[in-house]
Amino acid sequence: MTTELFTGAEMVVKSLSALKVKYIFGYPGGSVLDIYDAIFQQDEIEHILVRHEQAATHMADGYTRATGEVGVVLATSGPGATNCVTGIATAYMDSIPMVVLAGQVATSLIGNDAFQETDIVGCTRPIIKHSFSCRTLADIPDAISKAFYIASTGRPGPVVVELPKDILIPQNKGPFNIETDIKIRSYNPNIKGHSKQIKKAAQTISNAKRLVVYSGGGIVLSDASELLTKLVETLKAPITNTLMGLGGISGTHKQFIGMLGMHGSLEANKSMANADVILALGARFDDRVTNNVEKFCPNATIIHVDIDPTSISKTINAHIPIVGLVDVVMQQLLDELSDINFSPDEAELSQWWQQINLWRNVKSISYDQDVNEKIKPQRVVEALYKITQGDAYVCSDVGQHQMFAAQYYPFAKPRRWINSGGAGTMGFGLPAAMGVKLAFPDKHVICITGDGSIQMNIQELSTCKQYNLPVVIVTLNNRSLGMVRQWQDMVYGGRHSSSYMESLPDFVKVAEAYGHVGIQIDNLDELEEKLTQAFNIKDRLVFVDVMVDEKEHVYPMQIRTGAVDEMWLKKGVKS
Amino acid sequence: MRRILAILMENEPGSLSRIVGLFSQRAFNIESLTVAPTDDNSLSRMTIATKGDDKVLEQIVKQVNKLIDVIKITDITDRKHIERELLLVKVAAMSDKSRTEVTRITDIFRGNIIDIGKQVYTVQLTGDAEKLNAFINALQNETEIIESARSGCVGMARGDQALRI
Ligand SMILES: Cc1ncc(C[n+]2csc(CCOP(=O)(O)OP(=O)(O)O)c2C)c(N)n1
Ligand SMILES: [Mg+2]
Repeated sequence: MTTELFTGAEMVVKSLSALKVKYIFGYPGGSVLDIYDAIFQQDEIEHILVRHEQAATHMADGYTRATGEVGVVLATSGPGATNCVTGIATAYMDSIPMVVLAGQVATSLIGNDAFQETDIVGCTRPIIKHSFSCRTLADIPDAISKAFYIASTGRPGPVVVELPKDILIPQNKGPFNIETDIKIRSYNPNIKGHSKQIKKAAQTISNAKRLVVYSGGGIVLSDASELLTKLVETLKAPITNTLMGLGGISGTHKQFIGMLGMHGSLEANKSMANADVILALGARFDDRVTNNVEKFCPNATIIHVDIDPTSISKTINAHIPIVGLVDVVMQQLLDELSDINFSPDEAELSQWWQQINLWRNVKSISYDQDVNEKIKPQRVVEALYKITQGDAYVCSDVGQHQMFAAQYYPFAKPRRWINSGGAGTMGFGLPAAMGVKLAFPDKHVICITGDGSIQMNIQELSTCKQYNLPVVIVTLNNRSLGMVRQWQDMVYGGRHSSSYMESLPDFVKVAEAYGHVGIQIDNLDELEEKLTQAFNIKDRLVFVDVMVDEKEHVYPMQIRTGAVDEMWLKKGVKS
Repeated sequence: MRRILAILMENEPGSLSRIVGLFSQRAFNIESLTVAPTDDNSLSRMTIATKGDDKVLEQIVKQVNKLIDVIKITDITDRKHIERELLLVKVAAMSDKSRTEVTRITDIFRGNIIDIGKQVYTVQLTGDAEKLNAFINALQNETEIIESARSGCVGMARGDQALRI
């Protein structure tokens, strides 16, 4: 029997099929035309043609954040591949699994400054989990299979696979074998927490008087919110989420005290500052959380659970480090707590909650809306929450609108809040929302964006038309780079250096030009009605351009160089 | 504080650049770095001499370990260990006096003169960094150093402990 032979391009597609990939997000070019030809000749995998490779990475990323499935990107060598760099960095910073297939010039040309040659493996080295440079046909299935395994296990992240042209062309054929049960001798991520550490943690929790649970994106990534909720209900303690961790526990849960950090709630930051024990779950003490590390929670014993040992004691020293998958470790903790018949000291607990409720009563997440004034951006987010009954996928860009979305749309479920937290990439929102809509066509998918951010990938309106992706774009249009402007107001004496946009397009016309529906909202009294109208149009993309008050700042806000709980509550009002 | 790290990793293209990239990306210090395949050709052994306080060292070890190609890393500084570096040094040997002195110093340090030119000697010496420094100093007092090359240190724990898969 003769074995069937395949080209490298066919192997790429067959490998992806074997790994149950449904979509490839990409853009063609010289070095990958053979792969495009192979894609054309099959119908298991659908290719989504974006309008810019950066959008392909964000679209794959959004798809992954909503579904948990690894997103796949395909780009040609040189500029195609370098256009992916921002999207790869975005995924890397938020630990999102992604496989980027990058074309490369023929192996014989590598190093010659050939046409469209860029050392993409070199360019991306600091922003990937790993990369593979294929040099022979046989490398292809192996590299792709390993790339998926590495991207999706341990602390997830993007993996780049470089594919030179000469191993893809029809002239070269070979047998196809793929191993999907991967073992890599140098890569064995921890799964279970060390039992001694678990015991220590359970003991410390039992003795705590003012415990706070602080959870992050790790909970969302490992689909551990049910377990988290169970743990938190067992502990009866307050819980705060990071920006990446929102939805890890329901935003309306009575023990939830809001997001913490730079624009977190007063009660969350105060609770952290006054805690005697902090249980950190899948969070990494980012500088946007801690504020000044020197002043960070000096009296707290810190239990830090994370899959990535490098995240532990990097910025904040952990007293009880536990390396392992957060869901597995939480189960271990629950078991241990039940073994030691854990029950919190009710007197201490009620005192702690009394204190927290005092902070809550300050209502730090609030704003004033005068009926005769311009629409406040916060009001728009509240209206969206009401209209979608809190059940939408909310993708955001980066800026003030992102913080308003995080503060005013309490997420009931994980994977519903999709934003670029670690990298803060403007231009992420629309393509990410498209990836979500592709996966969940029957759900409300909103892109909350700004007049600045939306223009960083606005060309994707064309992709939305082609693939019928009717997301609802809501631009909190403050005619300025609001977040930059806010800093300039607060730190730079109100000098608005390049933070406003004097030549904004008519977004309604832009939307219409791309074949979509555009709606502009100017007045408060038409806000809900017109937004509702937008959501009632189910089969077309609606671009809602809401004129909001350009003077609004995001509050509360940590005071730079201060402790975690030193905040501006309003202009001139300190915590 | 100076630390010696021994690393066992896959002998694959790109592995070295990942380590070097990591050190520069995270602003870790590299005093010296040596790498070569081991008796098992699929593996490379690397020794890095670095500097940093405990917190930095903890991060270095964890970050290196996190690289997919890396199988093991150990900090051998505080253990009983052997540290060796190779020095090749070319010195001026123009006068009888300088030739005798170079020979004498080389003998004292148990080095070898491995090549001679018309007016130069090339000397080889192995030892730890301190010994090599002392040797260079001694030579400098007697003659002119024309060229020198040091390998950077390689290290290994003493006794039964082994860095292997
Ligand atoms: C690609 C990129 N460039 C620059 C920045 C810095 N930046 C952060 S927020 C912001 C302003 C965003 O303006 P807009 O999208 O209108 O949002 P707003 O703050 O007005 O709500 C800028 C420029 C960034 N985060 N990403
Ligand atoms: Mg704006």
